[in-house]
Amino acid sequence: MSTQETTTGGPSRLQQWRDRWNGMSRFQQWAFLVPLVLLIYALPVLNPPILSTEPGYTFSIAMFEVARYALVAIGLNVVVGQAGLLDLGYIGFFAIGAYVAALFTSPDSELAKLPYLVVLPLAVLVTMVFGVLLGSPTLRLRGDYLAIVTLGFGEIVRLLADLSPLRGNAGFQGVGQPPGTRADGQDVFNTSDGTPWYWLTVTLIIVVLMLVGNLERSRVGRAWVAIREDEDAAEIMGVPTFRFKLWAFAIGAAIGGLSGALYAGQIGFVNNQRFDVVTSVLFLAAVVLGGSGNKVGVLLGATVIAYVPLRFQSLYEYRYLIFGLALIILMIFRPQGLLGARQRLLAYGREAYRRLIGRPEQVSSDSALAAEPVKGAGS
Amino acid sequence: MALLELSTVSVHYGRIQALSDVSLTVEQGEIVTLIGANGAGKTTTMRAISGIRPLSGGTITFDGEDISTLRADLRVVRGISQSPEGRGVFPGMTVMENLDMGAYSRKDRKNLAEDLDRVFTLFPRLAERKNQAGGTMSGGEQQMLAIGRALMARPRLLLLDEPSMGLAPQFIQQIFRIITEINEQGTTVLLVEQNAQQALSRAHRAYVLETGSISRTGTGQELLNDASIKEAYLGVA
Repeated sequence: MSTQETTTGGPSRLQQWRDRWNGMSRFQQWAFLVPLVLLIYALPVLNPPILSTEPGYTFSIAMFEVARYALVAIGLNVVVGQAGLLDLGYIGFFAIGAYVAALFTSPDSELAKLPYLVVLPLAVLVTMVFGVLLGSPTLRLRGDYLAIVTLGFGEIVRLLADLSPLRGNAGFQGVGQPPGTRADGQDVFNTSDGTPWYWLTVTLIIVVLMLVGNLERSRVGRAWVAIREDEDAAEIMGVPTFRFKLWAFAIGAAIGGLSGALYAGQIGFVNNQRFDVVTSVLFLAAVVLGGSGNKVGVLLGATVIAYVPLRFQSLYEYRYLIFGLALIILMIFRPQGLLGARQRLLAYGREAYRRLIGRPEQVSSDSALAAEPVKGAGS
Repeated sequence: MALLELSTVSVHYGRIQALSDVSLTVEQGEIVTLIGANGAGKTTTMRAISGIRPLSGGTITFDGEDISTLRADLRVVRGISQSPEGRGVFPGMTVMENLDMGAYSRKDRKNLAEDLDRVFTLFPRLAERKNQAGGTMSGGEQQMLAIGRALMARPRLLLLDEPSMGLAPQFIQQIFRIITEINEQGTTVLLVEQNAQQALSRAHRAYVLETGSISRTGTGQELLNDASIKEAYLGVA
């Protein structure tokens, strides 16, 4: 990573918030998080006029779109933000997830029908396998090569969807959905009401965040950070770099597949028109815009990328132009993204103390780093 | 039996041969230095030993075991630890986090505090800068951190690649003094250097690498007093 904060002279406001958050007790953090999460759950019901995308776009479906992008961004962040692997074909995994859902639930498919809730983990599993299959040969490559290979992969998946078993443009109608019927006889999960889908996705996001968070704090997470910072050095430290890159790739793929399967269910229809390179780039933009390597950041990035064009419909046509300009401006003034990854890995820092000297030591932000101008950054 | 033995080792970068038939040994407890000009293959030799570069021929034996095709991370577990050329500290990690990464391959967790003490005793500067990001430190400090980090793996063989590169003169003296100290504490050292004067005077034995092959070998003192070595590497006519 060549991007480092060049502004010093005291901790930034962001850093102060981070320190304050890290300084809170578990209870205080929960006291803050629980109402926030409840509010997030309640959003499609509250439909606040200032946030609402109506009448142009059903708000509950817009919220599902945002949640779907958020899930994608978390998955892609494992690959790009944590392990530092540039993946330009993430849409491929998303598409595989969507097609797995379609193949096992749509009446247009000749395969055996399975309940949607069985298909969801199946989609995760299948995309994970594809992640390993694509990763095994390609993760021995580095940097630019990997980007090109993944770009090709995304396109191959899209083109394969033209083949007759995958029905090309005709696609699959009537993709399945979770069970349940409302009092008025309508399905709980249907294609016109995004709310149940949104709740399901937000719940899955929370589960995925916890799993990924635990991984980040483990040996695996330390390995990822080391690989991202300097792959050769990581190897010399005894990190099996290939294995951990493959892990990141497979986990990222699985999350992408999960998101794809949710998407297929909500839309109820899958064909080959929805998985182009531009969407891959849009996913990547969400990660980079929000702050590669920062989970809260990429959630914010995904929200911006998914929500803004729906809220301001008049801008929809110009979204690529606007996001392009926004990214250029961001790269000039804030290359680490809106909320950058922690320059110093504070949480790991405490861990380092605990491991090395057997007791935690408070790592404060007023260390030599903040007091001294940065020299030879990234050297 | 030698701790490390390279036997007719060859390494290619594509079709270009970087090392041809390099044979050398490092005995337990020695400081052995490898000197040579830019591009002679010193760093490639180091990378071959640590497993980052695959061999195209020959064998590497460590403590009696053929490690020629062993994965790099497992070589660390066997006891080979490297401070890479250009230092290679993790720029975004603090000193403590870098040192913690150095101990990544360790299975025994209980001696870590002791090793950390040892590193801080050798490099008191690192103790003062525990929470500073590696990338914001001076060249000399990064070098100390890279060596300290390598020591955290509790290596049996420490590979040092150009530890004096780009350092101010007072740091160079200090680094070489510390290398001797590390060796006296029982760690075998293979040292690659351009600063032949310092390296030869500190080393028990030395090899001279010229365009990918070993051209001379002898004790440090022998090579230090050799006329042709003086002319080629010590800047004395």
